[in-house]
Amino acid sequence: MTPSPDPSLWRGLTQQRISRRTMLKGVLGGVGVAALGSTLAGCSIPGSLGSQNEVKVDWTKFWSDQKPTTKLNFANWPLYIDQDKGKYPSLQAFTKKTGIAVNYQPVIQNNAPFYATVSPLLRAHEDTGYDIVVMTNGWELTEMISNGFVIELDHSKLPNFAKYGAANVKNPPYDPANKHSVVWQTGFTGIAYNTKLITREINSLQDLLDPAFKGHVGMMNDNTELGSLGLLATGVEPTKSTPADWQKAAAWLTKQRDSGQVAGYYDQSYIDKLSNGDTWITQAWSGDVFQAIAGGNKHLKFVIPQEGVMLWHDNMMIPMQAQNPLSALSWMNFYYTPEIAGMVADYVNYVCPVPGARDYILHELRDPVVANSPLVFPNEATDEKLHNFYVFKNYDDYEEWNKVFNPVIQS
Amino acid sequence: MTTMTVGTPVDKKRLGQTPLERQEGRFRRSLKRHSTPYLLGLVGIVWLLLLFVIPLISGLAVSLMTGNPEQGYTLTWNWSVYYDVFFNSGVSYGLFLWRALWYAAAATLVTIIIGFPMAYFIAFRVSQRWKNALLLLVALSFFVSFVIRTDMWAFVLSDQGPVLTVLRDLHLAGKDFHILGTSAAVIGGMAYNDLAFMVLPLYVALERIDPRLIEASADLYGNKTRTFTRVVLPLTRSGLFAGILLVFIDSAGDPVNASLLGGTHTYVIGQAIQDAYLTNQQYNVAAALSTVLMIVLGIILFVYARIAGTDNIEDLV
Repeated sequence: MTPSPDPSLWRGLTQQRISRRTMLKGVLGGVGVAALGSTLAGCSIPGSLGSQNEVKVDWTKFWSDQKPTTKLNFANWPLYIDQDKGKYPSLQAFTKKTGIAVNYQPVIQNNAPFYATVSPLLRAHEDTGYDIVVMTNGWELTEMISNGFVIELDHSKLPNFAKYGAANVKNPPYDPANKHSVVWQTGFTGIAYNTKLITREINSLQDLLDPAFKGHVGMMNDNTELGSLGLLATGVEPTKSTPADWQKAAAWLTKQRDSGQVAGYYDQSYIDKLSNGDTWITQAWSGDVFQAIAGGNKHLKFVIPQEGVMLWHDNMMIPMQAQNPLSALSWMNFYYTPEIAGMVADYVNYVCPVPGARDYILHELRDPVVANSPLVFPNEATDEKLHNFYVFKNYDDYEEWNKVFNPVIQS
Repeated sequence: MTTMTVGTPVDKKRLGQTPLERQEGRFRRSLKRHSTPYLLGLVGIVWLLLLFVIPLISGLAVSLMTGNPEQGYTLTWNWSVYYDVFFNSGVSYGLFLWRALWYAAAATLVTIIIGFPMAYFIAFRVSQRWKNALLLLVALSFFVSFVIRTDMWAFVLSDQGPVLTVLRDLHLAGKDFHILGTSAAVIGGMAYNDLAFMVLPLYVALERIDPRLIEASADLYGNKTRTFTRVVLPLTRSGLFAGILLVFIDSAGDPVNASLLGGTHTYVIGQAIQDAYLTNQQYNVAAALSTVLMIVLGIILFVYARIAGTDNIEDLV
């Protein structure tokens, strides 16, 4: 009897074993098939244009079909509502009166990224999770409306808006007859500075070029705001500007950047940079500066430069597929009263859309500083300095603007 | 002499079966044996497919689309996008890519310079009972969110922050001196955030070195420097490779450090991809840029692996 060799040796000699190479081949083959499948399946991304306009909605029927709910999901910008020890008194008053619980989420840092986050959902006819969103008049808001991403408002349920709303918030050019939006706050984009670090008087956008402030100037990374400031600085009325003017404005901004003036291009964080002294002078939104002053930064100052300031409106809208549209309408109506608008304006210090709130702030809240501020209740002298944003004609126009101003920020 | 049934002990019963039955059983068994490695690898393969290969291919497909966010994007096999983003877009993406690579390289170097002594100290100079505690300290910063850690640095290094105030009061820094907004701040942030990725693999490699080898080197008249360069360093090559891999790749694509600690001339490719995708919704540009970044990183690491060698790397990773 011969000794039998190790069985594994036999196996190795007689059977083909799976080498690393064949294994790899098998895997790659599988991957190839899967990849091809996924390529074919995902070969286009739908556009936003009119994607929710295809089905004509009968809005009268839509509103009469709605059932009242007890919830409201409200997406807003940070520090944009009255606060008291972590609570929101105006929202509490609303809950007390209507029984609707408000889930308030200060999640919007900037229009473009917020729009980029919700638009894929709206394009796919899905719920964004918000019943009210607040967006500035600009390219993204125009897109929201023209793509049918927002619900048409039923003004019969908004009697307070007609009664108390200011003339300058009714029938705005970007949303005729307020069909889709009502203003939350209005504001100015001007400049603010730190009076401890800058002792001289600031009154012009050209002060942003002063070599004494080298490396301590803050600018905004929102290219609409940045570009508009460039246009004002070069003496152009933004609404009537042409691409040639944009080039000149971009050249002004690039010169400012390359001479080492600019510390950075910031989002909402610009106000922290200003209040902690990183920037001495900055492009700023009026209300933020007032809030910072009220929060203890007494050395900050907001100015309306002689070239003028940009005027903008932040608007409440109800996105399509919202779960609680009736609650949203009822909040909008509740907000447009001198009491509630006054409570909010007294805290956020932007331009109040309810002129009647001035008496309420003066006599009930006893806050003459806010009530008499031309930046909360503008006077005629301020009115002359106000400029509106350029309105984009179409996507190509908007892309042209991006092409001119993005290279300023991205350097 | 026994009858040989390959691979299994002889089964007397089976000998009585018809050839066909025997054949089938054999086929099934062989199938089982062939498929075992595939089955074992199944989870990994599915993982790679779902989370790596499919995103990779779809990213490539998106980069070849044309259109705009309004009209949508359709696949037109527009290969020229890879040329256009760099040469016709008006935005200097090439510069941002180059800057990201050099920041990442500098950050990697910093982590090696700081991390090697740290790992060496923990591996050779610390008693066993303190090792775990020290390693925990190295990894401790991961207990706090990456963005918050970076933002805290922005606070500490700000112009009116504690560091610069003290430096100015001591007249060590001029009025115009600032740290935030410089390339150094961004590189420092990257190195800080990724230090543990360098220290831990290096520690593992150093820990394996038999101390007797160092003694032997001393016995052979090797001085300390030569012992380090000829014995310790070559033996940590695999740890160093793993560390470089982790730190360099992570830093090269990172948008956070540059946006929180950087200023006007520190814009990197990670931010460019983020802005193209989130702010401008130029999906094709964002996809093309990330594909280019991935390919460039792949080439760099391949070349590095060929030069430095990757033996023992599988022990660590």
